[in-house]
Order: sequence, then structure tokens, then C-alpha cells
Amino acid sequence: MGNLQLVLAISLFTPLITGLAVLLFNNRKNMRDICGPIGGIITFGSAIAIAMAIIDGQTISINLWQIVPGIGLSFNVTALGALFGIVASGLWILASIYSVGYMRGSKAKNQTRFNFYYAVAIHAAMAISYSGNLLMLFIFYEVLTFSTYPLVTHGQTKDAKDAGRLYMGILVATSLLLFLPALLWVWIISGTLDFTKGGIIPIDFSPSLLPFLLAMFAFGIGKAALMPIHRWLPAAMVAPTPVSALLHAVAVVKAGVFSFLTIVVYIFGIDFLLESGAAVWLVWLTAFTILTSSIIAITKDDLKARLAYSTISQLSYILLGAALATQAAIEGAALHIIMHATAKITLFFCAGAIYVNAHIKKISELDGLGPKMPLVFIAFFVASLSIIGIPPLGGSWSKFMLMVGSVDAGIPIMLLVLGISSLLNIYYLLEPCTRAFFKPSLKEIHVDNHILTIFPPVITATLSLLLFFAVDWVRLLTTLMVIP
Amino acid sequence: MLILNNIPALLVAIPLLASAVVSVLPSARIAWGVAFVTTLCCLYMAFELTEIVSASLTLSYAFGGWEPPWGIAFVVDGANVHLVLLVAFISVIATVYALTTLKHEIAVEDLPKAYAVWLLAIASLFGLSMTGDAFNLFVFLEISALSSITLIALGAGQDRRALLAAYNYLIIGAIGATFYVIGVGYLYAATGTLNLLDIIERLNEIGTNQAAVTGLAFMLAGIMVKAGVFPVHIWLPAAYSFAPSAVSSLLSAIATKVAIYYLARLLFGIFIDTTHLIDLFLLFVLMPVSVIAIFYGTIAAIFQIDIKRLFALSSIAQIGYITFAFSINTHSGISAGFIHLINHALIKGALFMAVGIFAIGIGQRATMNSLRGVGRQMPITFTGFVIAGLALIGVPLTAGFISKLYLFKAIFETGNGIYVAVIAVSSALSVLYLWKIFEVMWLQEPLQPLKIEKEPVLACVSLWLLVFTIIIFGIYSAGVSSYGMNAANALIGVR
Repeated sequence: MGNLQLVLAISLFTPLITGLAVLLFNNRKNMRDICGPIGGIITFGSAIAIAMAIIDGQTISINLWQIVPGIGLSFNVTALGALFGIVASGLWILASIYSVGYMRGSKAKNQTRFNFYYAVAIHAAMAISYSGNLLMLFIFYEVLTFSTYPLVTHGQTKDAKDAGRLYMGILVATSLLLFLPALLWVWIISGTLDFTKGGIIPIDFSPSLLPFLLAMFAFGIGKAALMPIHRWLPAAMVAPTPVSALLHAVAVVKAGVFSFLTIVVYIFGIDFLLESGAAVWLVWLTAFTILTSSIIAITKDDLKARLAYSTISQLSYILLGAALATQAAIEGAALHIIMHATAKITLFFCAGAIYVNAHIKKISELDGLGPKMPLVFIAFFVASLSIIGIPPLGGSWSKFMLMVGSVDAGIPIMLLVLGISSLLNIYYLLEPCTRAFFKPSLKEIHVDNHILTIFPPVITATLSLLLFFAVDWVRLLTTLMVIP
Repeated sequence: MLILNNIPALLVAIPLLASAVVSVLPSARIAWGVAFVTTLCCLYMAFELTEIVSASLTLSYAFGGWEPPWGIAFVVDGANVHLVLLVAFISVIATVYALTTLKHEIAVEDLPKAYAVWLLAIASLFGLSMTGDAFNLFVFLEISALSSITLIALGAGQDRRALLAAYNYLIIGAIGATFYVIGVGYLYAATGTLNLLDIIERLNEIGTNQAAVTGLAFMLAGIMVKAGVFPVHIWLPAAYSFAPSAVSSLLSAIATKVAIYYLARLLFGIFIDTTHLIDLFLLFVLMPVSVIAIFYGTIAAIFQIDIKRLFALSSIAQIGYITFAFSINTHSGISAGFIHLINHALIKGALFMAVGIFAIGIGQRATMNSLRGVGRQMPITFTGFVIAGLALIGVPLTAGFISKLYLFKAIFETGNGIYVAVIAVSSALSVLYLWKIFEVMWLQEPLQPLKIEKEPVLACVSLWLLVFTIIIFGIYSAGVSSYGMNAANALIGVR
């Protein structure tokens, strides 16, 4: 086993070991809660090392044996996977610190079980990013679904259970009905499922069936929350906020769009997809999803629900990039994974911080809260700007690349869609900040000060800012995806 | 060499003799010991048999030196060599399982006799899986039916409904056997022989023949009853749910499988000249019936609250998958059917074992109400149960996935999207009933405080042996998939 393989194994198993350590320290709260950040740092370090090696042009893979001809038990890091690995593990560090503050602050029960499944979910996310073929990706996609169910239903209330049922129902049903048959179909026509740059679908595959196959993936990957299979995401917001933050801004939904983007880049091949025109319908459906969910977001008064619909809209940006399938659009989509993840996790952190410290869930009750929690609302403001796409914040780059991509693809009307979406973003994301800072408070609100819930959003907001300047480093990876 | 040369005969003779010995033994423990050693010997011989048959493609064993078509012959080829191994393997594991579970379920003084019948059932299953003689098969069919009925009726110590279940099986099984023997009569009238290989030759000479076709139809109908094919499965749910759990796992794992194997042999191995008749049967009878079985079994299982009956219903759906694969009528369809035959035997055997352990643990029948919260109290069994359940759905890294994979492959080759939908929708539905059990056992709180007995060690060992096999077949499928290929090669020729 080479050094790089060892690093890969470390990054895959550290979250799992962290989970076991959490169980082991069940009775010692401080020991238990330090496991998450430590595991996060180790995982993040190895994810960085893996990304550096990928940029150097090395291949990192662990191949065990073949399950059936053409499908092996294998991990093989792609450029996109290296990027997603960094995002998932890096944000895990902050999210695990934050969740200590949140769970203690809100005096939640069963914190050990919570931390255990949290770590398992990250393990699944890391394994998804480094999967060597579509079957491995599928397996850990399902592991992620099942490990997040106890997190979604953590409250054990009837609402939580109903939401959990919807969550499981949609994600498992779509994956078994569409995703699994689609991947078997690919295996049967191409004899392999290995991720290969340029794709593995044979050239002579019937062009009339190609949109159909693409649709099976687009709807089969329910975690990407493409309309009309987005209902699970707002439902999953009943979970404690650290779950919403990490899983429904980063690990789960990003695993969904990551899977789809991986399929477009490494299974279909972007040139093949672009020439076949099989994804044009998807461009329009994502545009519909972007606008519709933004409009729904405006109507939501519950802060987390609004963020959930905003997430659905932003996920479709990434799907749009994949569907456009030009080089700039694909790069934009990949960049948006990291840019949106940092910004959206900030927003969720802030929402959770507001809830734990001031016990407020509704936007209409935020009036006058800004001066009492300045750091939180400034972080919220910065992250909102990033999502809207205003320089100098990270989100502006991905939006810019997507715009270039849509012009390249000959569908310039998407510029209009992205523009309108930005306007809607301004409306529904800046409202909480303006209320908090400029409206006088109507009643006296007692504000706690749980420090562990406040500084993670400040850090992630700073990250969104830094990413604007560090985009060239990120692009070292994303260009590897698209340049043959 | 004496043993090696006579393995096919010994596989039947040894359990048969042992059965006679066991029936007069005074102690249950000694009876079990003899039964265990017997099954172990059979497993060894079945292994040897795979060696011999993989060297020479077909092994024909003539009893008493009377060459076929005059004497009775056992035929072992690619289609049944691993079936014999499966029967032997499951027999050993189920016997181990029986030691710690059977004593909870039937009276101690009945135990030696139970083991005698148990061995009789195993002997008949070996006979069924090897015989190459149509009438001899009828004999084994009857032995198998009578011994199974006795074993099922032993469940009456726990629940009197077992008697009714056994009685139903007796009546329906007898009708099936009658159909079968009438068919054999017709075929004998048409060809003048009872040896299957010889029948093929004669039919090749005389061509299509009304009597032969009628005979085959009767034989198929009779075998379908034994195989639990919809809609003649009606004996099956009650029989499996009221039998002692060791019996349920033995019968569900191998008794129907042997009949299904023989069904495939009748469908694909005999009427070479008149294939289009078989084609019509497959397309217009077996396929619709299989699809109905898949949905009926799955949906009925979703609404079932008695866990053993639930899995018996799921067996009907799973048998539907196997016959569905056969009805695709291609090389890959037949191999997919045989692959699922093996995998499902392991999976369903494991599930019935786990349910049996749960029932002993809580001291009453396993239902959706009585099992609340039990998963957390019996983690070893529950983990095995969950893995077997995942395999039943067809989750990757389990044997069930390999089945689904080859089934999909066979379907995609036909290019028919509706078939894909049938399999995809039904597997998604099967998630529902397994999820329901999982939720009840793991996430819900018990209605009253549970008094759980310790998990019986040997029963857990046998459960986990099956679970490990399920996992190994799931991550390394070369063995079982080559069996599928060989079986299809043996039945319809190399493609």
C-alpha cells in the first residue's frame, strides 16, 4: 500500500472511527464532544493531501476485487471528488464544534446517538466523494440516507417522525426505482461503471434513449432536490439545526448534486452530452426549479424553511451547470458546490444561533435583534451576499462561470433566469438582516450567549470572502475535470 | 473409492438409514448428534460431487448397475450439482439451528421422532434434486410431502392452527402429486420410458405428440403446486408460518427450491422439438402469473402483522422473481433464475431463523406488536436479520443484489421497459415491509417491559453462517454466477 493509498484510507475511516469513539465516551461528555473536531481535522488534512496529489497529476486508488465483471470494490479519487472531499471534511470541523454549542445550548437528549450518526453520515459523504465507480457511489448514497434518518427524527415528536417518513420515502423510493435501474442499465450497455474522464457510454447508444437515461439519473438522485422531488428537503428541516446546516446545506444535498455532476462528467462525458443535446430539457427544468423555489422561499416566514427553499434553488444552479455541459458551465457547477456550501452553512449556523440564543424561528420576529447579536447578523449578511453573487465574495465566481457557460451553450436566456434569481435572492435573504438592524424591536428579548454557536458562522462567512481571492486554487481542481 | 463412486446413491441412502436409526433412539441429544453427523457427511459428499461433476460435465449414476433406461438413474450435471450442495449446506445449518430452538417448540419426548422425520425430509430432497427418472421423482415427491407435513404438524404444540396448515398442505399436495403422476402416465404411454434423458430421445424420434404434451402439462401443474407458484401456492403461507422455526427455515430455503429446479428441467430440458409450445406457456402463463405473484406477495406482506406469515408471503413474491426470470426464456434469464434460487434460499433461511430466535426470546409469536423494541435487546440476531432483510431488497454488497443485477441484465437484453418497471417497483415496495419491521423493532418502545431470554448461541451461529454466506456471495459473485451459467448451459445448451 502506497502512502497516498494510506492517506485515502485514513480519510475514509477517520469519520467511522470518530463515530465509534463517540460511542465509547458515552459517559464522558467533554471527551465525547472533542472527538468530532479532532476527527474533522484529521479527515480534512488527508483530504487536502489527496487534493494536492491529484493536482500533481497522480492517481490515488484502492482496488479490492470485482463483485461482478466490470464492477469492483474500488475507490478512485477524481478531481471533482477531491474537491467535494475537502468541502465535506472541512466544514465538518466547524459543524462539529457548532453542534456541541447548539446541542448543549438547547439541552438536547441523546447527544451520543446524535454525534454517532453525524460521524457515520460524514463517513458516507467522504466515501461518496472518493468512490471509484457508480455502484460504490450508490452504496454510500444509501448509507447516507439511512444514517441521516435518526438525525432527522432526533426530536422523536410526531412531526419529526412524519417528516422522517417523507424523507426516507422519497429518497429511498427514487433511488431504488430510478437510480439503481439506471446504473444497471449503464453497466449492461458499457460493461463497466468506473468513473472515466470522457464518459463510458458507448458512442452507438441510441440517441433517443439518452434523455431518458439522463432523466432516470436526474430524478433518481433525489438528494439533488430537482422539482418535483424536492419535498423531502423542507420536511427535513425539523431536524436540529446542526443537521440542517451540515447535512442539508453540505453533505446530503451536495452529495446529490455531486453524484449527478460526477455522472455527467465521468459517465456520460461532457462532450458527448453536449453534442447529443440530451440534456436540453433538463436546462429548462432546472430554470423552472430555480425560479419557482425562490418564489416559494419569499412566502416562508420560518427562517429555516426559507433557507431550505433557497437551497433547492441553489442546487438547481449546479444541476443547470451540469445540464449545460459546456466547460465553463461544468466548472461553474463545481465551484458552486464549494461556494454555496460555505455560504449556506453560514446561514444555517446563524439561524441556529438565533434560535438557541434568542429562541426565535420566524423572520417576522427578528425586528431589532441585530444590535444584540451583531456578529451573527453580519455573518448572515456576508453569506447572503455570496449567494446573491456580489463580488468580492466567492459566490460571484460560480455565478459568473455559469453565465459564461450558458452563453457558450447557446442558451443565453439563462442569463435572464440567473439575473432574476439574484434579484429574488436579494429580496428574501436580505430581509432578515434589514429587519434585525433597521426595525425597532417591539418587545424585550432575552439573548443568551453560547460562544460555540457564534464563532463558527463568523469563520465560514470569512471563508466565503477568502474564497473569492483563492478561487485560482480551487480552479486547479475544477479545470482538471473539464480539460481532456 | 467405493464412497466416491456411489455418492449420488449415498446422499439419499445415508440420511434414510440414519432416519430409521434415529427414530428408535431414546434421547433427543443423541438423536440430534446422529442427525448432525449425517448432514455433515452429506455436505462432505456434496462437495466431492461438485469436484467430480466439474471435471466431467454430466454424471449419470445407475442404481444397482441396471443401466438406464431400464434401471433408475440419478443424473447430476451443471443444473443441479450446486443445488445438491445447497441442500446439503442448508441441512447442516438448519440442523445446528434446530438443536437450541426445537426444544422450545415441541415436546421433548417427540424430539427423536422429529429428527427422524427431519432426516427423511432431507433424504427426499436429495433424491428430488438428483433423480433422472420421472416416476422415481414421484416417489421422492411423496416422501418429501409426507415428511414435511409431519414436521409442519409438529408446530401444533405451540399453535393448533399448525394442524390445519398441515392438513391443507396434505390435500393440496396430494392433488399436485396426482396431477404429476397422471402426467407421467401419459408420457409413459407416449414414449414407453420413464427416464428423462430417454424421454427426450424418444420425443425427438416421434415428434410432437398430443399425449406427450398433455402429460407434460399435467406434470408441470403438479410440480407448480410443490414449488409454491402462484396461484397454487395457497398451502404455503400457513404451512411456513405455523411450522416450528427450524422447519420453516429448512422448507422455505430448500423444499420449494428443489421443485423449482425440477420445473426448470421440465420446461427447458424435455421438449426440444416442440419448443414453441413451451414458449407460449412461458409467455402467456408463467410470465403473467409470476408478475401477479411478485405484486401479490409483496403487497400482502406489507399489510401482514404476523412476521412469519409476512415472510412466507414474501417467499411467494420471491418465487415469482425466479419463475419470472425463467419465463424470459433466454440463456441469461435462466441463469438469473438459478442465481436467485440459490441466493433466495440463503436469504429466506436466514430470515426465518432470525424470526424464530426473536419468538423464543419474547416467548410468544413474533408479530408487529410483540416485537416492539426487541431489536435493541437482541442485537446479534437483529443485525443478522437486518443484513438478510437488506439482501431480500437487493441492496448492493449482499447476495440479493447479485440476483437483481443478473435479473436486470436478462430483462435489458429483451429491451422491454415494462419488465424493468415490474422489478424496480416491486423491490421498492419490498422496502416498505422490511422498513416497517425495522422501525417496530429498533425505534419503537415496547408496550410492556420486555422479559427477553438470552439469545441461544448455536441458533445465532447458524444464522450468522448464513448471513456471512449472503455477504460473501454479495461481494464475490463469481461462484454463484458461474453456477447460473452452467445451469443454463446444461438445460438449453451453451450460448
